[in-house]
Amino acid sequence: MGWPAAALVFAALVVVPVGFLAVSVLSPSVDVWQQQWATRLPRQLVDTAVLLIGVSIGSVGLGSSLAWLVSAYRFPGSSVFGWILIAPLAMPSYVLGFVTLSVIGFTGPVQGAWRELFGADAWFPPVRSMGGAIVVFTLVLYPYVFLLARAALAEQAGSAYQVARSLGAGPTEAARRVMLPLLRPAIAAGAAVVMMETLTDFATVQYFGVDTISVGVFRIWRGTFDRDAASEFATLVLVVALMVIGLERALRGRARFGQAAGAAAGIEPRSLRGWRGVAACAACALVLVLSFGAPTLQLIVWAVQEATGPRGTPLVERFVDFLTNSVILASLTAAVCVIAAVVITNASRFGQARTTGAAARLTAFGYAVPGPVVAMGVVLTLVALDNALESIGLGLPGAVATGSLIGLVYAYSVRFLAPGLNAIESGMAQVPEEVTASARSLGARPWSVVGRIHVPLARSSVITGAVLVAVDALKELPIALLLRPIGFNTLPIWTYNLASESRFEQAALPAIAIIVVAMVPVALLSRQLNPRAGTP
Amino acid sequence: MSTAAPLEIQALVTSFGSVIAVDGVDLTLGSNELLALVGPSGCGKSTLLRTIAGLVAADAGTIRLGGELVEDGSVRLPPERRPAGLVFQEHALFPHLSVRDNVGFGLRDMPRSEIDDRVAEMLSLIGLGEHGARYPHELSGGERQRVALARALAPRPALMLFDEPFASLDHNLRVQLRHDVVAALKATGTPAVFVTHDQREALTIGDRIAVMRAGRIVQIDSAPVVFHRPIDQFVASFMGEASFLPIVDVATRPHTALGPLDVDLDRTTTEHATMSAMIRPDDVQFTPTVSGEAEVISRHYFGSGWLVTVQLPDASTVMVVTSHLEPPEIGERGDLALVPGHSQVVVPRHRPEPDSPTS
Repeated sequence: MGWPAAALVFAALVVVPVGFLAVSVLSPSVDVWQQQWATRLPRQLVDTAVLLIGVSIGSVGLGSSLAWLVSAYRFPGSSVFGWILIAPLAMPSYVLGFVTLSVIGFTGPVQGAWRELFGADAWFPPVRSMGGAIVVFTLVLYPYVFLLARAALAEQAGSAYQVARSLGAGPTEAARRVMLPLLRPAIAAGAAVVMMETLTDFATVQYFGVDTISVGVFRIWRGTFDRDAASEFATLVLVVALMVIGLERALRGRARFGQAAGAAAGIEPRSLRGWRGVAACAACALVLVLSFGAPTLQLIVWAVQEATGPRGTPLVERFVDFLTNSVILASLTAAVCVIAAVVITNASRFGQARTTGAAARLTAFGYAVPGPVVAMGVVLTLVALDNALESIGLGLPGAVATGSLIGLVYAYSVRFLAPGLNAIESGMAQVPEEVTASARSLGARPWSVVGRIHVPLARSSVITGAVLVAVDALKELPIALLLRPIGFNTLPIWTYNLASESRFEQAALPAIAIIVVAMVPVALLSRQLNPRAGTP
Repeated sequence: MSTAAPLEIQALVTSFGSVIAVDGVDLTLGSNELLALVGPSGCGKSTLLRTIAGLVAADAGTIRLGGELVEDGSVRLPPERRPAGLVFQEHALFPHLSVRDNVGFGLRDMPRSEIDDRVAEMLSLIGLGEHGARYPHELSGGERQRVALARALAPRPALMLFDEPFASLDHNLRVQLRHDVVAALKATGTPAVFVTHDQREALTIGDRIAVMRAGRIVQIDSAPVVFHRPIDQFVASFMGEASFLPIVDVATRPHTALGPLDVDLDRTTTEHATMSAMIRPDDVQFTPTVSGEAEVISRHYFGSGWLVTVQLPDASTVMVVTSHLEPPEIGERGDLALVPGHSQVVVPRHRPEPDSPTS
């Protein structure tokens, strides 16, 4: 019965950091809290709330409108937009953030030209502001809502819409009375993901001078290395994350609109002719250009200028080092997550489904926990481990907790196990129970069944899971900033550091590298969305 | 002195949470015996099979395979250590392995040449000697099921377990494959348990038939006995079309609307109150006459004849098979009589409870 036990161990490893974090609140660092409450905390709470609400409203509005546009209408380019509009998923918010600031920020060329034209005092909307941050997050996060809403429209809404129309409702009324309620669960789920992604960030918000509670964790930890205070502050982030989950549940309500497979049909799109079609096309194109096309082009221009210019990118000779660091970190994380996911998904085949099912749900929850929470939880866990080893006389030289790659890989694995698990679970679902039973009745032990039957059969989803985890790990910034060993740089950290010093042009090269890597899962996703991949 | 039974089950109970799927089953299989396990959906027959295979844990009771204890309160051998071969409805071949590798999967701890010989032997047994290099997706449904059989037989299991093995095949193929599977089992001297919900299949395959209901085996007998001497109305109806007529005048001259019973009925008990007489549709014949007592109320065509339902004056109904091309019209009257040599069988409405011997 080793398999269920192993699955439970992995589940415990995911949960323990959050547990340590929650327990840390029991002995609060009163003075730090008082000081924070007197200074930054009220503003941070307000900023966090405003940012989360603003970004979710923006993303839901943009994402669901675009999903409706490409699902319900046919216009020039509509089928291409149907899948290419998820491209901004490959654009990290901190990259779009610094490109935006440098191009249309106060010192950027756009505002320069504006002042040339209209005078030095001409009004321009403040870019380095809460509003600017909301727009940037919205532009990179709307695809989550777009994806879920589009899937809901494609899979189940078609027949309901047609029935509503046949009962005499016009297009607008059918959309309002039938489509919106039907889409509500998908939109709520999308909004929750968007809020989580916003909450986990503390690089982009810093560029825009927005002070969230995640920034607070970072400031306390990197500023004072006060472990306890930073952990307690991270608990505050956890509380907000739980509120987001609660909000999603409430919004979704009892609504579970899954319809029987087979009966489902998508909406039959209507053709938009003349200026309407052009306008729809232009709207989609504008979003794509602003969120992905223009910033990528700008980065390429900068990178080429830097490469050919006299100055050269500082530390460019270490590009390979940083890339190697990123790749090592991503590979280790992917390996850990794949092993954990294979064990967890297989445990249910070899043991009680109930315990292992609970283990699977627990491990998936790491993805819903913001990066700062995971990072501080892992710090506390490893400190406890250090102390435990110390007390039995196995003290290691130097703290395991804060100075090593182990903590970083551990925290990454907690955070990114869920996407790997989902992919491998869906692959394993394709392997019938009877195949497992046949192999066992033919004398194969569980590990042999996994090695000879399950993994070969689920191979493509194992690879997909590994890629998803690796790419997430390669893009990850907040956890790396909090937990990296001194002097250990990854591509995102390098990018962040350069951009923090306003050396935007020099940050272009690593930023492009990140975007290129992040395109891999986006391309995988696009292929799924576009059944006619390859044909125009 | 005698060799151990291939399968011996005592007081087996298997439950899922509060649902008891197998509720106290005793079963012993003779060597070389083929047992058909039938029952309606949800009666626990598949769970019983899976418990024998070790795929589902028993709550109580013991299972021995070939004399070896594989399951009791303290011992629970995993499936890979039980000498039982499994064949499922959906064949469950390993799609990434060739036919040869599928069949050889369970052969280990023997030289390569012996494995090759055994695989070749199995493939020729099922008539697929030329198909060893193919992959499962290149085979027809019937061929896949043959490969699944060969794969399970290759390690020489003490017992074969079949879970609805032919349910996904079309009728003609099913009949052919059924015949070939039974032949292969007899040729290798392998005893087997077949789970099926198809009573016709059960009657064809089983040396004995075990009828399950609500987690229990209610009757286990040879096919003719189960069909013609069912233990209660449930078994009678499940094994084939049957009509039931009330028994009257028990104390003096027990009979039904179709005439006297030639079965000795114990008139001293009150059990007759729950008794009725079973008539199979081919036990009776209907002769149209203008003044007949029976009236045709419905009829269904089934290819080789018509199944006609007639109503008697006491409002009871009886199903009759007629092979006439022109069946009686609805509303037509006639006489109903037992076919000479056939008889009415007295059955209780429900199985006598509790603890009456089942075999």
